Amino acid sequence: MNRKIAPQIKNAVDFHLELPPYEKYVLKNGIEVYALNIGELDTLMVNFVFAAGNWFEEKNLVAATVNHLLKNGTSAKTAFQVNEHFEYYGSSLSRSCQNETAEIALHCLSKHADQLLPVIAELITDSVFPEEELDIFKKNSQQRLQVSLKKSDFVAGRLIDSYLFGEKHPYGKYSSLEDYASLQQDEIKNFYQQYYRNGKCVIFVAGKLPKNIIEQLEKYFGALALHVWDNDFKNKQHPAIHAKQKKYNITNDVNGVQGSVRIARNFPNRHHPDFQKAGMLNNIFGGYFGSRLMANVREDKGFTYGIYSYLMNHIQESAWIISTEAGKDVCQATIDEVHKEMKLLREEPINEEELQTARNFMIGSVLGDLDGPFHVAGRWKNIILNDLDKNYFYNGIHIIKTITAEELRELANKYLRPEDFYELVVV
Amino acid sequence: MVEFKKFQLDNGLRVIVHEDSSTPMAVLNIIYDVGAKDENPRQTGFAHLFEHLMFGGSVNIGEFETPLQVAGGENNAFTTNDFTNYYMQLPAENIETAFWLESDRMLSLAFSKKSLEVQRKVVCEEFKEHYINKPYGDVWFKMRELAYKKHPYKWMTIGKELSHIEHAKLRDVKNFFFKHYCPMNAILVVAGNVKTAQVKQLAEKWFGNIPAGKKYERQLPQEPEQTQARTLDVKADVPLDALYKAYHIAPRKEYGYYFAELITEILGGGNSSRLFQSLVKEKRFFSHIECYQTGSVDPGLLVIEGRLIKGVDMKEADDAVEEEIKKMTIGEVEEKELAKVKNKTEAAIVFEDMSLMNRAASLAIYELLGDADMMNTELEKYQSVTAEDILAESKKIFDKNNSNTIYYYSNN
Repeated sequence: MNRKIAPQIKNAVDFHLELPPYEKYVLKNGIEVYALNIGELDTLMVNFVFAAGNWFEEKNLVAATVNHLLKNGTSAKTAFQVNEHFEYYGSSLSRSCQNETAEIALHCLSKHADQLLPVIAELITDSVFPEEELDIFKKNSQQRLQVSLKKSDFVAGRLIDSYLFGEKHPYGKYSSLEDYASLQQDEIKNFYQQYYRNGKCVIFVAGKLPKNIIEQLEKYFGALALHVWDNDFKNKQHPAIHAKQKKYNITNDVNGVQGSVRIARNFPNRHHPDFQKAGMLNNIFGGYFGSRLMANVREDKGFTYGIYSYLMNHIQESAWIISTEAGKDVCQATIDEVHKEMKLLREEPINEEELQTARNFMIGSVLGDLDGPFHVAGRWKNIILNDLDKNYFYNGIHIIKTITAEELRELANKYLRPEDFYELVVV
Repeated sequence: MVEFKKFQLDNGLRVIVHEDSSTPMAVLNIIYDVGAKDENPRQTGFAHLFEHLMFGGSVNIGEFETPLQVAGGENNAFTTNDFTNYYMQLPAENIETAFWLESDRMLSLAFSKKSLEVQRKVVCEEFKEHYINKPYGDVWFKMRELAYKKHPYKWMTIGKELSHIEHAKLRDVKNFFFKHYCPMNAILVVAGNVKTAQVKQLAEKWFGNIPAGKKYERQLPQEPEQTQARTLDVKADVPLDALYKAYHIAPRKEYGYYFAELITEILGGGNSSRLFQSLVKEKRFFSHIECYQTGSVDPGLLVIEGRLIKGVDMKEADDAVEEEIKKMTIGEVEEKELAKVKNKTEAAIVFEDMSLMNRAASLAIYELLGDADMMNTELEKYQSVTAEDILAESKKIFDKNNSNTIYYYSNN
């Protein structure tokens, strides 16, 4: 046995990847249900997605507040009773609010579904947003914001979004203490009426599904005044405004020992033919531990604990971001190294060995990520909410397996030019 | 029920196989019986720094990461006060690559000077990112020193101070490796789409001829029983006052640990928990409050921490917490509340076991504690806890003399 020689491996291109298909059901009111009946353990996820993100609000924070307070009381139950009910069955009911969408997600043991689904229906139809719950939420959120504003990474994240999309745009706006103070119960209730009770909704269920799951969904949700999800966001117009100034240095904490570095450019959404190809270039650039940025800035220079690049997960318009927390004295040096790596990608084709490594790594990570019902459901959710279909998945795999070094160099020349990027350092 | 097979190589390496043919992946997880508690008090943070160096190349393989990525794999590691755990996940067809890489770095490292220099810096940046450049980031350094006077849990895994990491020498790295990183002090778990016979053959092939090494006999100073309440006042540049309380609890393998875990759920598990309902919702003294325990092998801590609403007096807030704690010590919990925290625990265990990586790590950790099969008996232990147990344990834990309290004041 020679320990210097690597064992034989099966290459990425030889793996056949399949996205397990969903079954689709339509409830009596037209609501679509995407079901993935896979998994060994008796676990279940039911995910309700509403067109109720901050894209639709007239005033800052209304969408997020409604989403957060869904669990804080109905006409029949107090906030405590709602929480106790879900916790008694060992389940978690999480809420999240994004730009176009807002979600409710139930994770529970399959055997408890019929105790929990009717209460979710109650939250969607009969939340009352008590004044005192709103008061507590406002106060506690303001305090949380005060703490977050002390953190350079939080401040940097807000600022870079605002440069990319503008402070008035749903992707770029951020919250202030005053925004919380000015929230009114009636605007919360109105938003809830329009975007939840009578809102557009789509449901994803995954796990080891109880035999009667569709019957149950029909029973509790099939008669509600909900509307069919679509991907039309045009009834609200929010033009993005890109900041003119490209470079920013902000001091947030005079005693800070690190700087939050963000380098970012605008980028089209998933429907653009370059999007998935750029995903491959991004991986080589800064998308995984073996990437060039990580190898250079962390593993060679020791400037940071980690440096990553990624394409933002927005539906209508994306951005390409490089993000790191670097020692205060080496922030500019870090930016210089990022520029050098961009230049290398523009000028020199990636050698076959590095490209093969990236292909294999990415195929392996897709394979690993298809493990388990919730991950598969997550991929389908992404596809459906972005108005794509299964070809998006298979095309992505095809690109990973076949994209050439020359194509990647062309992409780098098109997109990785420092003059197109915003540069921000917050200490 | 997580099924597994167990065998041992002649050099002492314990091997556990968990077959799961429903996944295309395999995980190779190796745990070393060494953590921050085994460090020299003048060289804290070393176990964790060393973990970084395990990725800096081994005796026969110049680079660790790339061959794994070529095989479609990814990996990481973590260090705690008790142990160090390394894991790789890759397509099951390529599992031998993981054996090759993991065995070579157990055989010996490259001990590269450059790697030490760079990783010292990387770990210093990690230290800054998580503990310096962050409001309240230093509180756990202070709490550990307050609660532990003798036991090495008195320092953080990341290290007591930056200088300990900055001064690490290559000689120390070598000594540490040869003392702790050998078959006698490790447990290997292979899980996923593999067969036991195949794992046996690969384990023999790659790990079989590594010298056994010496079993590390741990002799740590034990923490004497705390006999007086301890308090500490801190002033810092943070926006809000915060309150931290910590109480010594039973070690991991005793029943008291399970009681303590359920007590944290009753007090702080979710928005129907006692502390949240009483102190965030009804009294409005805190904007945020939580209760958890540190999960350590030797006696750990049950912790309550919260941020005060601006304008609320620290003493008044502390008294209100004490009042909730007192309730735990004078009356039994109701049947329904106890059922709730047990149901939550059951679901948490099932959800955690969904991931192959988690199952592999859990088997390794339980084997390190004494028996991998503990993984399958945990739920029973929680189910058997009674309201009487909770009451009796609460009286022990929440004894006034067992408390450590930090008043963390905002100086704005």
